[in-house]
Amino acid sequence: MTDIIIAGIGQIPVGEHWELSLRSQAAKAMLAAVRDAGGIRPQALYIGNFLASVVSHQSNLGALLAENAGMTGIEAYTVEAAGASGAGAFRTGYLAVASGFVDAALVVGVEKYTDMVGAGLESAAAQAMDYDYEGVQGLSAVGQAGLLMQRYLHEYQPPRSAFAAFPLLAHANAVNNPNAMFRKAIKPETYEKAGMVSAPLNLFDVAPLADGAAAVLLTRASLLPKDFPHPLVRVSGSSVVVDTLALHDRSDPLAFEAARISVEQACSQAGILPKDVNFFELCDSTSIYAALSLEAAGFAPRGEGWRLAAEGALNLGGKLPALTLGGLKARGNPLGATGVYQIVEAVMQLRGQAGANQVAGAQRGLVQSLGGPASTAVTHVLERLG
Amino acid sequence: MSETQPQKDLLLKTNRSVGIVGYGAYVPQYRLPAAEVARVWAGGEEGLPIKEKAVPGMDEDVITMSIEASRNALKRAGISPEELRAVWIGSESHPYAVKPSGTVVAEAIGASPSIQSGDWEFACKAGTEAMVAAMGLVGSGMARYALAVGMDTAQGRPGDALEYTAGAGGAAYILGPGEESLAVIEASYSFVSDTPDFWRRAEAKYPEHGQRFTGEPAYFHHISSAGKALMQMMGTSAGDYQYAVFHQPNTKFPQRVAGMLGFSAEQIKPGLLVPVIGNTYAGAAMIGLTATLDVAQPGDRILMVSFGSGAGSDAFSILVTDALLERREKALRTADYIARRTEIDYATYVRLRGKLAMK
Amino acid sequence: MEIPRHWRIKKQRYALVGEVCPHCDAKIFPPRDVCPECGGEAKTPFAFTGRGEIYSYTVMNDAPAGYQESTPYTVALVKLQEGPMVTAQLTDLGSQPVEIGMPVEMVTRRIRSDGDERGMLVYGYKFRPVMQA
Repeated sequence: MTDIIIAGIGQIPVGEHWELSLRSQAAKAMLAAVRDAGGIRPQALYIGNFLASVVSHQSNLGALLAENAGMTGIEAYTVEAAGASGAGAFRTGYLAVASGFVDAALVVGVEKYTDMVGAGLESAAAQAMDYDYEGVQGLSAVGQAGLLMQRYLHEYQPPRSAFAAFPLLAHANAVNNPNAMFRKAIKPETYEKAGMVSAPLNLFDVAPLADGAAAVLLTRASLLPKDFPHPLVRVSGSSVVVDTLALHDRSDPLAFEAARISVEQACSQAGILPKDVNFFELCDSTSIYAALSLEAAGFAPRGEGWRLAAEGALNLGGKLPALTLGGLKARGNPLGATGVYQIVEAVMQLRGQAGANQVAGAQRGLVQSLGGPASTAVTHVLERLG
Repeated sequence: MSETQPQKDLLLKTNRSVGIVGYGAYVPQYRLPAAEVARVWAGGEEGLPIKEKAVPGMDEDVITMSIEASRNALKRAGISPEELRAVWIGSESHPYAVKPSGTVVAEAIGASPSIQSGDWEFACKAGTEAMVAAMGLVGSGMARYALAVGMDTAQGRPGDALEYTAGAGGAAYILGPGEESLAVIEASYSFVSDTPDFWRRAEAKYPEHGQRFTGEPAYFHHISSAGKALMQMMGTSAGDYQYAVFHQPNTKFPQRVAGMLGFSAEQIKPGLLVPVIGNTYAGAAMIGLTATLDVAQPGDRILMVSFGSGAGSDAFSILVTDALLERREKALRTADYIARRTEIDYATYVRLRGKLAMK
Repeated sequence: MEIPRHWRIKKQRYALVGEVCPHCDAKIFPPRDVCPECGGEAKTPFAFTGRGEIYSYTVMNDAPAGYQESTPYTVALVKLQEGPMVTAQLTDLGSQPVEIGMPVEMVTRRIRSDGDERGMLVYGYKFRPVMQA
């Protein structure tokens, strides 16, 4: 099979873009990705978005975003998988280009979280869970993570303060990322003093939900000009796996089964083992999810995912750098856009464009997005050619 | 007073023997000491009407409280909920102005759909009115079992005398054939007149009351008339009863009316709950009876007389059977709920009861 | 207004009525179309006792719309005696500290209003510390 190449990347800073609309955010990222790809015109647009139908009262984003960006007439539609929407859209773009039916696909992840303010936003994000049996009990997405964290602390008895290492790392790495929401390192004391959001999760255990848009352009290697300006980054593994939607339906809620299987599948397709990657862009929407993701991927035994962060293994110079440009915690979590931001950041590492945060000799990266508590897990292996 | 004592036999007696086959109480766990109300409103110089009152949690109302009391009654009755043919809820704090509480309760306990269901309103005697109706339904042979609940989350305007006492709680009774009963209802009698001692207009949040007018012409006249007539027509007197339970808006009224009817402090003691849970309105006499049944012995006779403003009283003569001893163990007792106690201050009370203006 | 969707599952909500699989006898809650144990069709109603213990819990400080008035409140994963786990609010905690493994029992309580204060009241299961042995 011909190599599927991420030929262009684009992003806008994550934050509260009061002055930007859903369509404008998307257009900025889309046009940037097209420019970065040397002007390759996409035949299809796949959109990762979670909340526009509620927060912006807007569906049918394909027509809206294509037209607004001057691409009327192409194929375009939305892929939704809660916080993994962007990664799901990327998978769709990959399949389309790999199938041969589409030569160049643009994938945009966009979230316009601040079109609304107030408690309605909590409810909107809570749609990722089972409304009839979880949401109606007043649980939120963060509450789900709180339930897992409480159980994790009970079963494995890690030091509570060990989880500080995840947000500390994310914030330290975001300092050098101009697209990050919080470009300020935090101290352990700041973490210790933070107020509870959903006990035992405190404010710094939870990635901030925000606006954002990121885009990538996918095409086949054979279609690229000889003088293509960037190092080629290909998609060498791609997998989407679902678990039960509700936490209560799992026999072992602390095992992110979908995350584990999707890592296995993506690595198997790439012909590698997880340990063969140079970095891991994982889902730290909450610090407990980061720990569980590391365990699911096999980088740590059950109950010890926190050790990797606490012992520095995830630092830029560590054995498995993670959250290299700030992760969800410090770059910000624009939900349906997040998966595409993660891909964009991985491409930057593989191209050698990560500046001060460059992972030395990055050849291969693992990227994982989660929808809910790994109710949906999307994993990709990206590789630099040559 | 225009109403006079009836002379002829006006007892409400059923064609076949009817009794209580199951009963259940419910009291929410929060307690507001009367001293707290006095502290905030600088009142209580003449002494406090009770020690403390029960306050419902934010997620409780007449429907949820009736469900729990009814589940307790079903456990004691040992019958399947589908055997009930009526689910009747008496209250003056139904959560809806229009839409029955009974349908939700019936659905939750598994009694619907082949039932009568409706909500009763007669101030504090709505629950005993439902009991008399249930007696009729079972006594006529139309139904084998019928459920009657008296339950309230009573309202009192902040600072009003009622606020010291307006409590929450009540009881559920399953009436059925006398031979299956843990207590047989020998007879009942009701005494009703148009006496406007207390009311709440349709759109009003808090009730109005006639202050001292609520005593003599209303509470005392109706309870003593109903109780006296019932005993007279049955040929019984206070000495034939081990226990008596009266509607209890405060501690003094039931004590005084007991004396008027010849009952001692000992006889009303087990059923006098108002000092520790407050006035539970439609639930007041009925939960006094559950507490009494919790301690009564086979062969004991109990007099219960309710009072509802507006005004009227339902009096019942109840005879405990052998079945009580075994069945009362099958569910939580009234005292278990009273012992479950979380004291709150006035500020928490204001929050729990939705008395803070949020808009 | 979401009357139909709340009405549709009132049995589950009010009384914890789930299903028992006619093929493999698995007790199922919430009800589902296919038995998660054996893959057969599951349709026989089964009323759970409502007894269980706390598997985990969290205290909600930031509540979704419709729940803010009761913050902070506790939501738990409750492992039912019959096997399944449910997500539910804990109530009547008083000053009692919540612990994993704590025995709890189901009560039917007010969950929220459908919409504003003019809307239908939604009732459903919550759990409280066991009162009765």
